[in-house]
Amino acid sequence: MDHSPPPFFKRGPAPLVRLFFFASLSLALLVVDARFRYAEGMRVWLALAAYPLQLAATLPIEVAERVGSYFSTQSRLIEENAELRAKALEYSRDAQRFQAAQAEADELRRNVEANERLDVRALPAEVLYAGRDPYAQKVFVDRGATHGVRPGSPVADEVGIIGQVTRVHPLLSEVTLLTNPDQAIPVQVLRNGLRSVAFGGGASGLLELRYLSSNAEIQNGDKLVTSGIDGTYPAGLPVAVVVSIERDTEHTFARALCKPTAGVDRGRYVLILSNEHTRAPLPGETQAAKERRSDKVRRARAAKDAPRDAKDADGSR
Amino acid sequence: MDPGKSQILLPVRTSTIVVSFVAALLLNFLPWRDLRLVPDFAALVLVFWCVRQPRLIGLGIGWALGLLTDAGNGVLLGQHALAYSLLAFLSIWLSRRILWFGPWLQALHVGAMLLVALGVTLVVRLAAGDAFPGWPIFVGPIAGALLWPLATWLLLMPQRRIEREQVI
Repeated sequence: MDHSPPPFFKRGPAPLVRLFFFASLSLALLVVDARFRYAEGMRVWLALAAYPLQLAATLPIEVAERVGSYFSTQSRLIEENAELRAKALEYSRDAQRFQAAQAEADELRRNVEANERLDVRALPAEVLYAGRDPYAQKVFVDRGATHGVRPGSPVADEVGIIGQVTRVHPLLSEVTLLTNPDQAIPVQVLRNGLRSVAFGGGASGLLELRYLSSNAEIQNGDKLVTSGIDGTYPAGLPVAVVVSIERDTEHTFARALCKPTAGVDRGRYVLILSNEHTRAPLPGETQAAKERRSDKVRRARAAKDAPRDAKDADGSR
Repeated sequence: MDPGKSQILLPVRTSTIVVSFVAALLLNFLPWRDLRLVPDFAALVLVFWCVRQPRLIGLGIGWALGLLTDAGNGVLLGQHALAYSLLAFLSIWLSRRILWFGPWLQALHVGAMLLVALGVTLVVRLAAGDAFPGWPIFVGPIAGALLWPLATWLLLMPQRRIEREQVI
C-alpha cells in the first residue's frame, strides 16, 4: 500500500531534501569562496544588487545629519572656523618645512644613488558604514573600481594609516582596518628605527608587536611609523603609539601593545593612497635563482594575496 | 493565538511579502553602531513568512536572501545562505505547531530557531579562522525573539479585514 498523499497539491521535493540541496550548495560556495576565491565575480554582481538598498538605508541618516548641520549655530561655526584656520596655518608651516626636507632628502638619496621616491596619489573617500560583520573589523567607503581604486591600496585619515583596501566593488570598496587580526603592517620605531610588524588585536582595538626580542629597545610612548619596505604602505606615515610592553622572562619574545594613531574606528573622511608606483619588485622576481624553493613559493603566494602581503614579504627580511 | 479562534485573514498578496523582505534588508543595512546587539530583521521576516505561508516561501527564497545578505555585508559567501536555508527548514517544519501558541510562546520558538541560525554562522566563521566576537553576539537572536509579537502584528496588518467589512 502506498501511504503517501495523493498528488492533489504539487509541493515539489520534501523539505528535508531541499534542505540537503541548499545546505550542500551553501557549503560548496563557502569552500569555493574561502579557499579558492573563485566566487569574486558572483559577489560583485550580488553586491551591486544590494547596493541600492544599502544606499537607501544610509541616505536618510546622512540627510538628517546634513539638515542638522545646516541649522548649527553661528557661534559654533565661527569657533570652528577659527580652529580650522589655526590648523591650516600650522599645516602650511609644516608643508613648507616638508618641501625643504623633501628636496634635501631627494638630494641625499641621489648622492647615495638610492631610488627616488615617487609621490603618492591620494583619492579622498567617505566612509559609508562600518562593515556589518562582527567577526571582522572592516569599513566600506564610497569609492570603487569606477573611481580607480585598486585592491591593496593603503587607506589613511588625516593623522595616520587606518587600513588597506581588500575588496573593490564597482561603486564602493571594502577597507580592512589595522585592528583586524588578519591584518599586518610593517612598522618602524620613529625614535631609533627598530623594525617590526604590527598585527591587529581584534576587538580590543589595539595593535600588537609580537615577536620582539626581549631586549628590544622599545618603550612606552614610542611612535610607530610605516617602514615602507613592503612596497604597499608608503614610508613614514604614523601608525600607532606603544602603550604597554610585556617582557616576560618565561617567554623568549617580548610583546608590545600599541594604540592606533588614526581614528581607526571613527572618523568619516579617508584618503585612499595609490601604491602602484611605489611598489618595489618583489624579491622573488629579481633573485629567483638565489632563493630557496620553499621561500619562493611562499613569496609568490604573498604577492597574490594582497592583505597578507605585508606580513609575509616583510617577515622574511 | 488559537487558529480556531482567530479571525479569518485575507489571502496574502505577493507585494506584501516583497515589501516586507525589502524593508527587513533595509533595516539590516542601517549603519548600526554595534551589530552584535541588533536583531537580524531579514531572518525574522523569513521565519514569519515560512511559518504563515509555508507553501509560498521556502528554502529557495531563504537561500537567495542569505546570499544577498552575504554579498551586501561583505562576509564569507554562503554563511547566511546556509543559516537562512536551515532557518526556513526549521520554520516550515514547526509551522503547524507554532501557531497554536500565544505570542510569547511563539517568540520562544522563534528565539531558539534564530539562535540555531546564529550558531551556524558562528561555526562557519570559527571554522574559517576568525576569532570569537564575544558573548554579546547572542543578544541579537534574543532581541529578535522579543520583536516577534510586534513583527506578527505589523506583518499581518495588510491581511486583516476592516471591521465594517466583517459586519457585512
